[in-house]
Amino acid sequence: MGIRERLSGNEAVAYAMKQINPGVMGAFPITPSTEIPQYFSTYVDNGEVDTEFIAVESEHSAMSTCIGAQAAGCRAISATSSCGLCYMTEMLYVAASDRLPITLAVSCRALSGPININNDHSDAMGVRDAGWLMLFAETNQEAYDNYLQAMRIAEAVSLPIMICQDGFITSHAIENIELVETEKVKAFVGEYKPAHYLLKKGESMAVGAYATPAYYMEAKRQQAQAMMDAREVVYKVGKEFEAMTGRGYGMIESYQMDDAEEAIVIIGSSAGTAKEAIKRLRAQGRKVGLVKVRVFRPFPVLEIAEALKNVKAFAVMDKTDSFNGHCGPMFAEVSASLYAQGVTAPKGIGYIYGLGGRDVRVESIEKVFAQLEQISKTGEVGETYRYLDVRG
Amino acid sequence: MSSDTLKENVMREERLSGGHRMCAGCGSPIAIRTVLRQLEPGDHAVVTGATSCMEVSTFMYPYTAWKDSFIHNAFANAAATCSGVETAYKALKKSGKLDDTYKFITFGGDGGTYDIGFQSLSGAMERGHDMVYVCYDNEAYMNTGIQRSSSTPHFADTTTTPAGKVIPGKLQKKKDLTKIMVAHNVPYVAQTTFIGNFKDISEKAHKAIYTPGAAFLNIMAPCPRGWRYPTEKLMEVTKAAVETCVWPLYEVIEGKYTLNYMPKNKLPVAEYLKMQGRFAHMFKPGNEWMIEQVQQEVDKNWEYLLKSCGL
Repeated sequence: MGIRERLSGNEAVAYAMKQINPGVMGAFPITPSTEIPQYFSTYVDNGEVDTEFIAVESEHSAMSTCIGAQAAGCRAISATSSCGLCYMTEMLYVAASDRLPITLAVSCRALSGPININNDHSDAMGVRDAGWLMLFAETNQEAYDNYLQAMRIAEAVSLPIMICQDGFITSHAIENIELVETEKVKAFVGEYKPAHYLLKKGESMAVGAYATPAYYMEAKRQQAQAMMDAREVVYKVGKEFEAMTGRGYGMIESYQMDDAEEAIVIIGSSAGTAKEAIKRLRAQGRKVGLVKVRVFRPFPVLEIAEALKNVKAFAVMDKTDSFNGHCGPMFAEVSASLYAQGVTAPKGIGYIYGLGGRDVRVESIEKVFAQLEQISKTGEVGETYRYLDVRG
Repeated sequence: MSSDTLKENVMREERLSGGHRMCAGCGSPIAIRTVLRQLEPGDHAVVTGATSCMEVSTFMYPYTAWKDSFIHNAFANAAATCSGVETAYKALKKSGKLDDTYKFITFGGDGGTYDIGFQSLSGAMERGHDMVYVCYDNEAYMNTGIQRSSSTPHFADTTTTPAGKVIPGKLQKKKDLTKIMVAHNVPYVAQTTFIGNFKDISEKAHKAIYTPGAAFLNIMAPCPRGWRYPTEKLMEVTKAAVETCVWPLYEVIEGKYTLNYMPKNKLPVAEYLKMQGRFAHMFKPGNEWMIEQVQQEVDKNWEYLLKSCGL
């Protein structure tokens, strides 16, 4: 039985960090993730962790110190949001290419401009192709649970991992949470034992080589393989976590999908709002369901195809826009997954929603399902590129 | 402090092996080898390199010229990367997982130090990591083909400040980075280059490596392609830089300035400028004012330095 507490999402993540007690944290303040290094530096200054904290002068340097520290043989962690994630983008690619399993907590926030501090997914989605594993949380509990599983997954495939939650919505809202006892956390996460590192006794190592065309592509192919291999690890670690806590995790969560005729695919905290909408609609006899994407990288191709193969219509909800003139990033990924798996019967539309903290209400999701009902009945898809709850 | 004779110095272990791809007559590998020779035998190092000529020429997969552990990360972040490595060392030492002694040395060119890596450098120095940042200053972006940096001297002809019909080379003066590093209140800052028996650079490298805390070493390391001098003239160019007071040798220990070399007869700057193709346009008839202006600038800086040294 775990420990019952009430914590914000940021505090829950900081507490997970404390329980894991990693070697080095390099971090820079930015709303809304700032609290994570704040809480953590209190643990450092009160001697509650052994971690060395580096208060760097930018996010670019935050990720650079993490790369140096992880390559040197320590677990390295950071936290950021929004423009901070953008500013470290160059280094995210290097971390992945160097195959360093760094753990980055992201409290997702809109990107400038216009400048805005509230939640959407434009920061995380902007770096979706950097080569990082990416997990998203619906609740504070999931943010905490995902963080405890992060290093196990990342270190098994030698790729860095982002643990994303929704800025303010979960990062600052206080919810009931069940914490795992610290001894159990330590046993679950284990010691970091890299095969090679800069400070390894008796051997030197060189990291970050120049790769000519004769080698560059092989390096990238190996990264691709690691990303593919991660799927199995996600399940393995999720099962072990379930054995410890009773809370199981996979690539997606299917909610009311067994007989669903209409479904939405969504990521993050709005899944909770959508579940409430589904409860109301189910009470009216509607066969509606939800697919929540927990793991965005690697993308749950098989799981999505399996979940959606029997629906008549679905909507993919993107909390960011790709500005490609036709859809958000998750719509593109879901559509590609279905096509690749030979699932072509369901009619799909995409919604851009919740940008810059635009409130997502139960009624908003009900509107989406009303549109899907029309599509189911008429077979007419209409416009596939839609904006939800927007003026003009 | 290192008290080697030149012979003893060069007999010490080479930590950057031959076979790298740097040009003949380039100052950078000489600076690196000289600094690394000052590591005490038995001490290990982790070397960090900013993206540069040096990095792409010494570490092309699957080869490395570095005998110590080496990490290249990107252009702008060598100092931050080294901060991370040094901090991991502290963490591993604290947890009892490591008992060897390591030193942390970063090499960057002037582009990666004066310009794009400046913030990262300033942050690392302010935080006081136990590391040495070595700038091998060749006064332009040589890796990409001789573009001006904030270290490029006044009037120099580069590919982005060509000596044209209207604009006669770089219009701005060279940034005084050594002075800026002194302003960080780090325990050791020094400026040096290759001169005589390499005593000055060797002693400064040893002090920089073995002074606890952050240290900064600025080494003039000429580039024969960018400066346009015959490769065999490298040591003559650096000697002229010192004898004309264009690049004075000095160090600042805990804020106290010391001049390490006083030229017996301070030479006119023209003696330095005339050796290099990048200043050739300054010697055309009608351009005498450019040489006069540079002379005034050098004199002013020199007087300021003498005052700082209490001379």
